[in-house]
Amino acid sequence: MPSDAILIADGVHRHFAGVTAVDVEHVEIPRGRITALIGPNGAGKTTFFNLLTGFDRPQRGTWSFDGTPVQGLPPYRVARLGMVRTFQLTKVLGRLTVLDNMLLGSNRQPGERLRNALLGVVWKKQDRTDRERAREILARFKLDGKADDYAAGLSGGQRKLLEMARALMNEPTLVMLDEPMAGVNPALTQSLLGHIADLRERGMTVLFVEHDMHMVRNLADWVVVMAAGRIIAEGTPESVLSSEAVVDAYLGAHHDTDLRSLIEEDA
Amino acid sequence: MDWILNSLREIITPTTAAYALAAIGLNIHFGFTGLVNFGQAGFVAIGGYGFAISVTQLGLSWPLAIAVTLLLAVGYALLLGIPTLRLRADYLAIVTIACAEIIRFTLNSSAFASVTGGANGLYNDYSGWITGANPYPQGLVHLGPWTFTSTDLWIATVDWAVVAVVAVGVFLLIRSPWGLVLKGIREDEHAMLSLGKNVNLHKLQALVMGGAIGALAGILYVQPTSVQPFDFASRMTFNMYTMLILGGAATVFGPILGSMIFWVVMRFTDELVNAGVDAGLLDNATQGSQLRFVLVGAALVLLVVFRPQGILGNRTELSFDAK
Repeated sequence: MPSDAILIADGVHRHFAGVTAVDVEHVEIPRGRITALIGPNGAGKTTFFNLLTGFDRPQRGTWSFDGTPVQGLPPYRVARLGMVRTFQLTKVLGRLTVLDNMLLGSNRQPGERLRNALLGVVWKKQDRTDRERAREILARFKLDGKADDYAAGLSGGQRKLLEMARALMNEPTLVMLDEPMAGVNPALTQSLLGHIADLRERGMTVLFVEHDMHMVRNLADWVVVMAAGRIIAEGTPESVLSSEAVVDAYLGAHHDTDLRSLIEEDA
Repeated sequence: MDWILNSLREIITPTTAAYALAAIGLNIHFGFTGLVNFGQAGFVAIGGYGFAISVTQLGLSWPLAIAVTLLLAVGYALLLGIPTLRLRADYLAIVTIACAEIIRFTLNSSAFASVTGGANGLYNDYSGWITGANPYPQGLVHLGPWTFTSTDLWIATVDWAVVAVVAVGVFLLIRSPWGLVLKGIREDEHAMLSLGKNVNLHKLQALVMGGAIGALAGILYVQPTSVQPFDFASRMTFNMYTMLILGGAATVFGPILGSMIFWVVMRFTDELVNAGVDAGLLDNATQGSQLRFVLVGAALVLLVVFRPQGILGNRTELSFDAK
């Protein structure tokens, strides 16, 4: 499917002390779609995320975002290009208010430079714009009632929402979500799904890591499967999830064999 | 009730002001940015010695001497920060305490005694710029129930004016978007990177700023009497941490209040012990001076038990710490 790719990676290789964590020859993430990155535990999905966003450095490899080469860039520069990630274990800024968390999501605030910090005239206007925008987004995520609470006081699911809302303050073109559903109670799952689908409606590209096949099937337009650091399959959810290689990688080759028959075979 | 009056006098002494200022600098590191600097005494030493040597040995005028001293402190902060700030927080702690001790031992060494005065330090023939401008009448000045020498009171006045200006400056900086980025870094560096913030640059700016304020405090600290290497031992840094905890870290006025309380309590326990010696309850002053720190310790324990967030701190904020 990828006719127009927003992210193209080639020959990305990362090993830790001899153990290959990621060895991706070529992958493209289609623009304006929702792509799921799936694979068993230890497949290298999060490491690949870390590499793409500059949080980790590969031994070799190149990748470009929207035509700009981004390998070797520090993570904050990658984020400023419009490629914003969230974390598997949510990272809210606990002893700051929810609203302050949101304000830090914006990258248009000139007052963040030391030389402008004392010049209110330089940053007050942007501050008002950002606050307004933050409250709009918080309302969309039903967090507006919490705006002045400390983020540390939010529930696990609310933190996931805040992290996603905060990423949107940066007006990203590519949103990368690392296990957005992990640890979220079922009541919030539906709302999170809705928010992710909404990102696509608003013209953003989404790449997410997930284990929940139900979510992958319902949400993703494109699925990339990793196992042992390599990409072993990609395609539409229907084709990939019915592929034998994928099912084997996930569940083991004998997942649908009756245990008794295996025991008898052994005996 | 002389004890209490004598103790309360500490609120306005030059030493209290200088410590308050250095603690404000340390608060930028620790309270706002989450940088663990265990060597603020090093910055204060650079301030005190940098100024004293610039004036007495190099013959610089006082504004130039202050500029040179602050530049030295900035250079020292960059030297410490560039290699260590990209590492985990503990490394900065190790490097800062080690460097502060290197500075102190170097200043103490007889090898450089011709410049630094070695273990004797330098006496205050560098403070003419401040004492010369003294508008108070000569001799003893009465202020309410207290008596100060004219020079002491004048130096205290100048010191507190500097503390006020710096505190207002820090207050404005911290409530700016720049200050919010510092607090974000304190909470989670990786989150801040993912939001597009240049974390290392902000940490370096915080380190330099807090260090320069520490050096400015050093300049004030040495004006009343002398500059001596022993003053800049690690105990100085840890006293400042005590002040931060007392007054409330991550508040702008906490360090000032903390410094006042700290010195009042130090003086009060001193008076208490002396009274004990006079009344024949304690054998001698040596035993007494040790007892003093026992009392200070007990006071600290009471504070941490009953008001862990400090006097000005925010209890809700603290309650999230214990996750």
